Amino acid sequence: MSADRHYPLLLALLAAATVALFLLSLTVGPAGIAFLESMKALVSDKADGVALIMREIRLPRAILGGMIGATLGLSGAVLQGYLRNPLAEPGLLGISASASLGAVLAIYTGLSAAFALALPLAALTGAVAAVLVVQALAGQRGGALIVILAGIAVTSFAGAMTSLALNLSPNPFAALEIMFWMLGSLTDRSMVHVWLSAPFMLVGWLMLASLGRALDALTLGSETAASMGIELRKVQFLAVFGTAASVGAATAVAGAIGFVGLVVPHILRPLVGARPSRLLPASALGGACVVLTADILVRIIAPERDLKLGVLTAIVGAPFFLWLVFRTRRSLL
Amino acid sequence: MTLLSVENLSVELGHRPVLHRLGFAVQPGEFIGLIGPNGAGKSTLLRSVLNLLPAQGQVRLCGTDAAAMNARQRAACVAYLAQEREIAWAVPVEMVVALGRSPHRPGFAALTDKDRAIVDAAMRRMDVEAFRHRIATELSGGEKARVLAARALAQDTPLLLADEPTAGLDPAHQIALMRLFDSLAADGRSVVASLHDLGLAARWCSRLILLDRGRIVADGPPASVLTPQSLRAIYGVEAWFGEADGAPIVHPLDLATPES
Repeated sequence: MSADRHYPLLLALLAAATVALFLLSLTVGPAGIAFLESMKALVSDKADGVALIMREIRLPRAILGGMIGATLGLSGAVLQGYLRNPLAEPGLLGISASASLGAVLAIYTGLSAAFALALPLAALTGAVAAVLVVQALAGQRGGALIVILAGIAVTSFAGAMTSLALNLSPNPFAALEIMFWMLGSLTDRSMVHVWLSAPFMLVGWLMLASLGRALDALTLGSETAASMGIELRKVQFLAVFGTAASVGAATAVAGAIGFVGLVVPHILRPLVGARPSRLLPASALGGACVVLTADILVRIIAPERDLKLGVLTAIVGAPFFLWLVFRTRRSLL
Repeated sequence: MTLLSVENLSVELGHRPVLHRLGFAVQPGEFIGLIGPNGAGKSTLLRSVLNLLPAQGQVRLCGTDAAAMNARQRAACVAYLAQEREIAWAVPVEMVVALGRSPHRPGFAALTDKDRAIVDAAMRRMDVEAFRHRIATELSGGEKARVLAARALAQDTPLLLADEPTAGLDPAHQIALMRLFDSLAADGRSVVASLHDLGLAARWCSRLILLDRGRIVADGPPASVLTPQSLRAIYGVEAWFGEADGAPIVHPLDLATPES
């Protein structure tokens, strides 16, 4: 089969693109440092201005861009496979919305101004609360439909509470800060953000990546998968908690970045022969490429205006998704 | 060894009793037709044996208490061909059939030569080799049914439970499937298939279990289960009974009149 032969090549290309975009991301910025100089500064032990910019500003930004993109791509692919629904995306379980609510509350109460890590920690707490509610509702024999419904309920409630916080916000500046945070961005993130979020994302990745074979079996429906030796409860647990850990941490440091987890698995699915297990690594790499590219573009398009990453992914993602729907309309009907 | 034994199996779905204290055993080499009107509990019985539904009572699979088995151990004993022919993604036929090997493969291991041989044999038996590279979701209903049957065969288990496997197949492939189940039984495996076609059930099964409203009302050789009286009482139909080549023929003719 052509998909069999092309698969290693596709992964190699995506990996090469991810590395290239990561390096490019390190070299783009207002400081205008030449490529070679910036790379030298990164590995040297000097503590001059260039090294400081590279290590404290650009490196965490590039690392987070790659990791958050991989998180969104991987969890999107897992959720689409688990729910057997091409419309599934990481936000579906209510984790992004609840993490946002946690962050918003940290800004609203002034806690985020009191100490720097209050915001991501509050966001993580929000994600944990959401996943506990979803898992409790879905229960032992819950199944995919209940997971979706519970996720929608949690998303709606978290959205309502976020609106309430905006509604009651003490001054326009707090409201503006909340709005801006929710748009999603990687600007001014430090290595502390990397150290805070990376362990959660790595644990989440491990949980999600272990689901490859179960997702293949689920292609034939949950009962047939169960008859082929798949423990559905375990799959549900890993899918829900893996998404919570990785997407919760991603949202906690960067805000909600939409459309990546929805669109990337879609683009790559035909290229891997539609096989859910193969989509996982491809989609993780693809997600990293997309977020790194978007984060480079926001710096190039409007260096002075602080264009938000989430705004760009939505502006580009939504029409692209429309085109995908248009293209696949015939096979969907 | 008894492949499947069911004792006092009761199932309630949403507080409605669906199966009531069923009991039967399946020995190696049997091809059992599970028959009964719509809503009699045929699918529920198959699904509760597979632990897909909460049930009371005792089920033993391949000599082990099914409640103590994990999904993988169950998958080594029994394969299941579901009524719903769900294939969610546009994957090639060959991959669908190869999924049947997944319970036998440790961790992330690739298919072995033995796995490939079993997959090829299953595709040959279900006559789907010709479209092994085609996209499974683009096949016709009957072709899809055969691909999924090949998937269940590739699981290579002593026991196969099939829920209405002949629905949507043309006569040649219906008979081919019955022949296949018959040959599996001849190899010492067992098949339990729910069937609506009484003609096929009468002609090919070694034993029939007749369900009505969640109870077993008859269990035995086709000739003793399918009688004018049982068809009238359970199905509400009159049928023509005959014989050809030493096997019974049952063909429903008309609705039974309530008086008769």
